[in-house]
Amino acid sequence: MSIQEIENEIVEEFEYFGEDWEAKYEHLIDLGKALPLINPALKTEERIIKGCQSQVWLNAEQKDGNIVFTADSDAIITKGMIALMVRVLSEQKAEDIIKADLDFINKIGLKEHLSPTRANGLLSMIHQMKKEALKRI
Amino acid sequence: MANQFDHIRDQFPILNQQVNKYPLVYFDSGATAQKPFRVIDCISDFYKNANSNIHRGVHTLSRKATEQFEAARKSIATHFNVTNDQQIIFTAGTTDSINMVAQGLAKSHLKPGDEIILSTYEHHSNILPWQLWAQEHKGKLKIIPLLEDQSLDYTSFENLITSKTKLIAITQVSNTLGLITDLEKIKAIALKHNIPFLIDGAQSAPHMAVDLQQLDPDFFVCSAHKMYGPTGSGLLYLSERWLKELPLSKTGGGTIKTVSFEKTEYAEGALRLEPGTPDISGVIAFAEAIRFMDEIGLDSIYKHEEELVLYAQESLLKLSEVTVYGQSKHKAGVISFNVKNQHPFDVGTLLDKYGIAVRTGHHCTQPLMQCLNIQGTVRISFGVYNTKSEIDFFIEKLQKTIRMLS
Repeated sequence: MSIQEIENEIVEEFEYFGEDWEAKYEHLIDLGKALPLINPALKTEERIIKGCQSQVWLNAEQKDGNIVFTADSDAIITKGMIALMVRVLSEQKAEDIIKADLDFINKIGLKEHLSPTRANGLLSMIHQMKKEALKRI
Repeated sequence: MANQFDHIRDQFPILNQQVNKYPLVYFDSGATAQKPFRVIDCISDFYKNANSNIHRGVHTLSRKATEQFEAARKSIATHFNVTNDQQIIFTAGTTDSINMVAQGLAKSHLKPGDEIILSTYEHHSNILPWQLWAQEHKGKLKIIPLLEDQSLDYTSFENLITSKTKLIAITQVSNTLGLITDLEKIKAIALKHNIPFLIDGAQSAPHMAVDLQQLDPDFFVCSAHKMYGPTGSGLLYLSERWLKELPLSKTGGGTIKTVSFEKTEYAEGALRLEPGTPDISGVIAFAEAIRFMDEIGLDSIYKHEEELVLYAQESLLKLSEVTVYGQSKHKAGVISFNVKNQHPFDVGTLLDKYGIAVRTGHHCTQPLMQCLNIQGTVRISFGVYNTKSEIDFFIEKLQKTIRMLS
């Protein structure tokens, strides 16, 4: 599936919760819990993206012309957000990753997590994902 | 019995709003307190009626502004029981004040190899200026450790003192734990060894009466914005000695008697240390905020907030998943806690969805976090406007949050 198709799929998935933010967050927390474990050997200092509070680890690899991301965080809500990002951007072509506008975050009503307070390191993670893609063009 | 705190919320316009469809519960006064109408009005009145530069104008408006500014100095001095109002220097806040002292002392009082004693509680603002000095001048920082109950270890404090100890810089209240430092003990040891001491009052001045004549420190610092005043204003109190002797770390217009290109004769008193146009409206509104606190009475404020802290602490301790740090019956307005196996950021994020504003993270006290062996905490902090029913609502939503996360 293309990035846009996956984004649309996520928007549809979240529409189901409507205005019920508790259900939405419970879903986000579940996504965080279900995110495949990152290989502990990859949780190194170079892969860490330091937020002010929660930390994010991001690993990028090239596989069959696509980029594969794996990631982790010490906070579960951040991890839920990461799970969404990985779902959208992993196993895609570098050129497409760079172009992705990731507007779905806004559409599913979670854009507060991208505020530049740096509290959760998520915004930095997106920049890092694009940088990793740029390196591999 | 009706009590003066019952309707105090009505004086704070910002509290009358919904956040995420819930009535705002503001438990982050430790970061900055909300402002009552009279403080907000005071700023706008100044710009509407008296705005003018101070201390040098010949015209009526300038006199009016100068009078209000100097009246603020006088009333703030009185609040802290300081007789000579020149000992109150207006600064941009606590951080600015500590930097002025550190940079000033580095020019005369502190020599390479000297030592400064801090406590484990210190906020980064009372660590970094001294660390910078230590790095630049081969100085050394020594730290008062914590005891098991997270109070300071006053016994080992005295053992830290050597002939090279030149300053003790210590907070009166831990901004993370709310625990209160025993300043009488600190003072007694400082006096015994004849070492100057600085009190960081950023977290004490909003919650309790501070008598600077009785405490008699060399330096005392605090910020207006944690005391219901505006951001960008604060003070540095200097003892008579340092008022004359503290070397300048910054200088400029307004601080002088005469200037030529060769030399300058500086003014005496507070003006020597207040270069440039100060935050005039900020200072005047700072004094108004202090009048607001004085009219309630600092003892009443302390009692009200202590009651809230104890009530919240008891309620939190009933939850088996919660750890409260620095448990004590004597706390000033602040409680730090964690939910077992949950990141404070997650707890804070969900509480915010219920309109509850808390602070999460290290609270600018990373060394304290390292000492407690944690990444961060959830901190709730109170002001005059908080109520027990807000605490009940918070506890109910915290339980919900815990269920969602686990």
